[in-house]
Amino acid sequence: MSGLRTPLSRAKGLGSARTGSGHFIAQRVSAVALIVLIPAFVWMIARLPALDYDSARAMIASPLGALVTLLTLTAAFYHMRLGLQVVIEDYITKPVTRAALLIANTLIAAGLWLAALYAVLVIAA
Amino acid sequence: MVQLTLPNNSKVKKGKTWPKPEGANAKALREFRVYRYDPDSGENPRWDTYFVDMDRCGPMVLDALFFIKNEIDSTLAFRRSCREGICGSCSMNIAGRNTIACTKAIADDKGVITIAPLPHQPVIKDLIPDLTNFYAQLTSIQPWLQTETPTPQGEWRQSPQDREELDGLYECILCASCSTACPSYWWNSDKYLGPAALLQAYRWIADSRDEATGERLDALEDPFKLYRCHTIMNCAQVCPKGLNPAKAIGKIKELMVERQT
Repeated sequence: MSGLRTPLSRAKGLGSARTGSGHFIAQRVSAVALIVLIPAFVWMIARLPALDYDSARAMIASPLGALVTLLTLTAAFYHMRLGLQVVIEDYITKPVTRAALLIANTLIAAGLWLAALYAVLVIAA
Repeated sequence: MVQLTLPNNSKVKKGKTWPKPEGANAKALREFRVYRYDPDSGENPRWDTYFVDMDRCGPMVLDALFFIKNEIDSTLAFRRSCREGICGSCSMNIAGRNTIACTKAIADDKGVITIAPLPHQPVIKDLIPDLTNFYAQLTSIQPWLQTETPTPQGEWRQSPQDREELDGLYECILCASCSTACPSYWWNSDKYLGPAALLQAYRWIADSRDEATGERLDALEDPFKLYRCHTIMNCAQVCPKGLNPAKAIGKIKELMVERQT
């Protein structure tokens, strides 16, 4: 950092990114969705061990079962990506490490989400 | 920014124990452990121990600092001015909590009282932090009335109700206790404005006479400048004036949502 820059110039930095409230809203909307979805999803999963293999598959393949599973995992992975992004931005300051982790965060969350989507669709098909 | 290993010369060493004041009643002695750092010496900072004779000292921590400086060790450096909680100069970390020394009673704490400079700021000497960035961040939010309407002959008028909106905001004395108590500010103070500057930003956003509300919100709409606040609430806990910067930041976030929904 140039030692001759004024403190105000340094404090203003690159200025406002004109973004951030979208992320804020998305994090809260997905959290509200999860408040409803997680109990339904947990209730469903808790019932699975009592069932035999075919009935368990049938439960996940049923319209309600597939919908609850997909909605829960979609909201959860989305919420996870948003939340981890905040953690990375908070604690990682080295630009290259930060960028690498932010990219990894997005790709891993997307990968997990697609894997869940694929699994449910295969069971339901 | 997070740094898990300390840079050179930042480890605080055990310092010197200064002699007890002569002729003092042993029961009236209070022990203070004070952070000392002299950049000219090239030595690490240290904790010095002082004993203050409470029979000859006022009730506040600032009084104890004066006692130390006047009677024990004149090299101790600290900022102070009004000694009545309105200038914000004597902010420091007392018994583990940021506050201003002039309104903090010695009797509030038992045992040894530690006194350190505000956390996570460069130290100029002893209890004096370098708050250049803190003040620059305040300047960056343009803490003054901005209008386009031609200035009226008399004054910019405001209803009593609108004036009440500024209660809990205008009282800030800019002591920096809140910002330097905020973990988000510790890690990202190069970009995050911190509770004090954001409280002032909201003070002007909430002012019914101001005509730059939109521009002010534009300038704050940023993942770092505003949204590093995770409502940790240290700011509200330490504020020596009893203000709640976290609530003001929450209001700013509400307005951000309101203007796009």
